[in-house]
Amino acid sequence: MGYVSGLKCRECGREYPVDPIYVCEFCFGPLEVVYDYKKIKKVLTKKNIKSRGENLWRYKELLPIDGEPQVGLESGFTPLIKADNLAKELGVSELYVKDDTVAHPTLSFKDRVVAVALTKAKEFGFDTVACASTGNLAHSVSAHGAKAGFKRFVFIPANLEASKIVASLVYEPNLVAVDGNYDEVNRLCSEIANKYKWAFVNINIRPFYAEGSKTQGFEIIEQLDWKAPDNVVVPCASGSLLTKVWKSFKEFKKIGILKKLDTKVFAAQATGCSPIVAAIKQGTDVIRPVKPDTIAKSLAIGNPADGFYACQVVRETGGYGEDVSDKEIIDGIKLLAKTEGIFAETAGGVTVACTKKLIESGKIGRDEITVICITGNGLKTQEALTGQTTEVHYIKPNLAAFEEILKKIQK
Amino acid sequence: MAVKVRIPTPLQRLTQGKEEVEGTPGTIINLVNELEKKFPGIGERISEGGKIRRFVNIYVNEEDIRFLQAEATVVKDGDEVSIVPAIAGGNSQEVI
Repeated sequence: MGYVSGLKCRECGREYPVDPIYVCEFCFGPLEVVYDYKKIKKVLTKKNIKSRGENLWRYKELLPIDGEPQVGLESGFTPLIKADNLAKELGVSELYVKDDTVAHPTLSFKDRVVAVALTKAKEFGFDTVACASTGNLAHSVSAHGAKAGFKRFVFIPANLEASKIVASLVYEPNLVAVDGNYDEVNRLCSEIANKYKWAFVNINIRPFYAEGSKTQGFEIIEQLDWKAPDNVVVPCASGSLLTKVWKSFKEFKKIGILKKLDTKVFAAQATGCSPIVAAIKQGTDVIRPVKPDTIAKSLAIGNPADGFYACQVVRETGGYGEDVSDKEIIDGIKLLAKTEGIFAETAGGVTVACTKKLIESGKIGRDEITVICITGNGLKTQEALTGQTTEVHYIKPNLAAFEEILKKIQK
Repeated sequence: MAVKVRIPTPLQRLTQGKEEVEGTPGTIINLVNELEKKFPGIGERISEGGKIRRFVNIYVNEEDIRFLQAEATVVKDGDEVSIVPAIAGGNSQEVI
């Protein structure tokens, strides 16, 4: 028995029953899942959560499913790392990394949202799942879908790099390469979603899918021993993750798990695609679309539909936004790797570099508790570091050769 | 020749099933008001208080009007205007 009472338009408030729909028929606004928090409050206690398995379903009452979890039973509950070396480097007293580089099974936070989306797809009775993506989402739908026994259609633009294709193909989905750019792939997918009765995780299952992001926030609170941090820094593509992390904090407050909540929420973007941060800095709600040009491809959404809501959250919580250059992104990746031993994808570099700037400008206090959200693994975007790392030491197989190089290293 | 306006499927109920209708040259917001006179109900679906709704994208000859002069963008004879509901959460590049 679930705890969802229906869907509601975020723009005009019209209500809808729980169905695989995603936009308000009237104003085209996004639909949001509505829960019965009174009922949840009675069931979802700290004690109850702690008694459950270490995966994202330990918060299942706050996820939009009716029955028991069916997909991604081991996903979520990634480590919250106390990042003392990075904290020292950045000159703050207490810093944590929420480390979704080790998410199960495909090493990005998309494993959370897809676990929820595919469980919902099962409940709706779909036998086929689909998505349009080139990266983390494609990998997660391919993998989770394989395990759960779905037919899978993954749509990509035809000019994608081979390495990204293999990480989906190994799970044997139907991988369809469309002769066109992302825009065209997405437009095609909307048409396909209208015609075929498939669960497109980021189209008709979107309201449910997006709720999976909240589990990152629930875990942060639990792993901080049921306290909210002073600051949280979240990378923004569509802006959905940022709004959902904040929603998770508010929900824990609402059901009494959090006693106190005055976290500031900060948005991190690449300068080459920063429509959300630009709006925050200009103090407006109006998101001006941009044409992305950044190495942080997983954040390259020029027209972010949740941007407006992300700006509202940042403003409401007294946070701010920051953006960083490609050079700073690389430096961010390297800094996280050499201080904390965590290899993040480009989006992680964005988050680290923005955090550095926010600390330097005083927007994040040096004696406050800050959590940064690292959302994907660097092994997926290694090409971004080509020519940017230290060099290999090549030697002949004898001790003299080694000692010669050792002298240079120890200089 | 007039301005061609492409109507998205969810709004075609209001245009008697027509996928494309004609409008007169002028600003986008005037065009929306003109559509409302011809097809009552369509105006409030697309706009509110003289502004295009946040989850409606309007393109003039394939260019988003937010890159032009937004509601004040002027369209002329022969221009093609597309009204496209944004996919919620939706974006041109769901890559992450």
